[in-house]
Amino acid sequence: MTTSNSLVYLIALPLLGATILLLAGRRADKWGHILGTLMPASSFAVGLYQLSLMLGRSTEERPVGQKLFEWISVGSFKVDAGLLLDQLSICFVLLITGVGTLIHIYSISYMSHDKDRRRFFAYLNLFIAAMLLLVLGDSYLNLYVGWEGVGLASYLLIGFWNQKPAYATASKKAFVMNRVGDMGLSFAIMIAFATVGTVSFAGIKEQVDQTSTGALTAIGIMLLVAAAGKSAQFPLQAWLGDAMAGPTPVSALIHAATMVTAGVYLITRSNFIFDAAPTAQLLVVIVGAITLLFGALIGTAKDDIKKALAASTMSQIGYMTLAAGLGPVGYAFAIMHLLTHGFFKAGMFLGAGSVMHGMNDQVNMRRYGALRKFMPITFVTFGLGYLAILGVPPFAGFYSKDMIIETAFDAGGIKGILLGSVTLLGAGITAFYMTRVMILTFTGTKRWEEDAHPHESPWLMWLPMAILAIGSVSSGFLLSRGDALENWLHPLFSHSEEYQKHLLEPIVVSALALTMVAIGVAIAFFKYSRQEVAAVAPENVSVLTKIARQDLMQDRFNEAVFMRPGAQLTKALVKTDEAVIDGAVRGVGQLAMNSGSALRGVQSGFVRSYAALIFVGAALLIGAIWVVVQ
Amino acid sequence: MDAANYLYLSALLFTIGAVGVVVRRNAIVVFMCVELMLNAANLAFVTFSRINGDLNGQVVAFFTMVVAACEVVVGLAIIVTIYRSRRSASVDDASLLKR
Repeated sequence: MTTSNSLVYLIALPLLGATILLLAGRRADKWGHILGTLMPASSFAVGLYQLSLMLGRSTEERPVGQKLFEWISVGSFKVDAGLLLDQLSICFVLLITGVGTLIHIYSISYMSHDKDRRRFFAYLNLFIAAMLLLVLGDSYLNLYVGWEGVGLASYLLIGFWNQKPAYATASKKAFVMNRVGDMGLSFAIMIAFATVGTVSFAGIKEQVDQTSTGALTAIGIMLLVAAAGKSAQFPLQAWLGDAMAGPTPVSALIHAATMVTAGVYLITRSNFIFDAAPTAQLLVVIVGAITLLFGALIGTAKDDIKKALAASTMSQIGYMTLAAGLGPVGYAFAIMHLLTHGFFKAGMFLGAGSVMHGMNDQVNMRRYGALRKFMPITFVTFGLGYLAILGVPPFAGFYSKDMIIETAFDAGGIKGILLGSVTLLGAGITAFYMTRVMILTFTGTKRWEEDAHPHESPWLMWLPMAILAIGSVSSGFLLSRGDALENWLHPLFSHSEEYQKHLLEPIVVSALALTMVAIGVAIAFFKYSRQEVAAVAPENVSVLTKIARQDLMQDRFNEAVFMRPGAQLTKALVKTDEAVIDGAVRGVGQLAMNSGSALRGVQSGFVRSYAALIFVGAALLIGAIWVVVQ
Repeated sequence: MDAANYLYLSALLFTIGAVGVVVRRNAIVVFMCVELMLNAANLAFVTFSRINGDLNGQVVAFFTMVVAACEVVVGLAIIVTIYRSRRSASVDDASLLKR
């Protein structure tokens, strides 16, 4: 494999930025945001340079490696801290640093009134460094370090305004739920080491044939748990909505474009494991399908614009997971949807941030309305993202989402028809809730609070939105033109050569998807545009709406099934600890004390009684020896 | 003469000494009883030396005498000191080391 010495700079630059900003403290307040923006930008430049080098090499020589140092060397277990930049990682590197830089620029203005802006940039840089390590690690153990790093950065940024107890709780919730997933990843690594004997991607890939299917299935399922935790997939999805407590740029960067897609990266990266473990692969598809509907349904009932977008993110990542679970035919489409989604969802989140910026941080869409005239640039950029997520041709989502729907139908048999229908239905619901967001926010009558003075955001904010909007328009076309991304990623995945006939012709799938989208849009239009929208959410709604407003009871479920039994278990353990373990310790002490005070009576102080005792003892001893000798 | 008779005598002397230590209160008498027990042991050592036909027992008897002499010096000093401070040589009176 080709080696390079410059890969480490991708990670080192933002890490250096984070270190300087955190150590310099208040002294860096004046220039911290500029340094913080330059670091990911220079990382992006390094990424582009690497891409140009990669394009100049032949297909087989494209992956680049760099060994940093010998990390662990215990007996037969050797792990080097090594980086691997191949066709898959470069996509992520450019997405993370590119979108990351734009969001840094946006944050300069968005966070300008916050006295802790420098700390915010330090955490963002830390996140970029950790995320790059995640996608560049050449073994599961290296990936794990980045995996934990992004979890930490996410925790710090969700709770950035931790002076509000609810926000601090949200960050803790995200952290704890992520830990469940992290446990899955560590189990996967342990199983891989115990059965395969190595934890590097290349090492496991080589030995997949010699490994039992059972072990691979176990690794796959554990990886799926990890992916579900990080990517907010069923059943570990409940943290994402609350994660919106963080500043909006954080929601855009971490909880829409990059970190939450790490699960999809993990599954795609582990394609050799899932291809050899059909059960685990089927579970991936099921999780994806459930989440895609789950998120979409939550999205229909949310009045908080960021939570509606978060539900949509969950649902879109469901699409990616589903595609990744379809095997070699789906990986490229999962990555394509991930990239296009990175553009349009980050753009829409930044748009939501821009709206909040103009509306005194109001997030309730029922208090928006008619903002189109006051925020034209936000309206246009958000609108382009909206068209992209709906999958209207020729916007980005059309290419990526239709491919996933098509591949889902081609999965074969009942499974194919079921998955295809789910993805189609999801597309319809997506159209409904996104149209609802558009209508409630930008059209209709003003339902503002009295002190709201909406205004367009400064150029530092709308410029990143505009660039992301261009991406939302063009990325799908560019990535799918001549199957560009598919061919680019082709060498990484195994392929079956046999030609599969499509269940439905691509044109039919597109027509079906567009019909579903049209139905969704029409329902939303009649429900929200033709009728007056209440400024306060109405209470006399159907049971289903009530359930959807409470995130389909996900929190209640978790509380009833995990939290309360967990609390009971803890209480029982505390009682056991006090009664049994402490009891044993105290009991030993008490026994010594009691026997001591009982034996104290022997100490009469009379020399003659001592002498008598000595005689008795000696006599007993002699008697005992007598008995033994006899 | 049968060597066992010396051992019987030794056992008798030891028993008299032991009973004296337990029964008598006067420290001087208790002390003499202890000496009696030591000498009973000495007699047994010498007898065994005679039975076995070597000198080990005789040597140990000399050691015991040296130890007994030292013991007499220290013990009498303690008894005299106790008598001076308490005006009594009774071992039961000196019973402060109790619970």
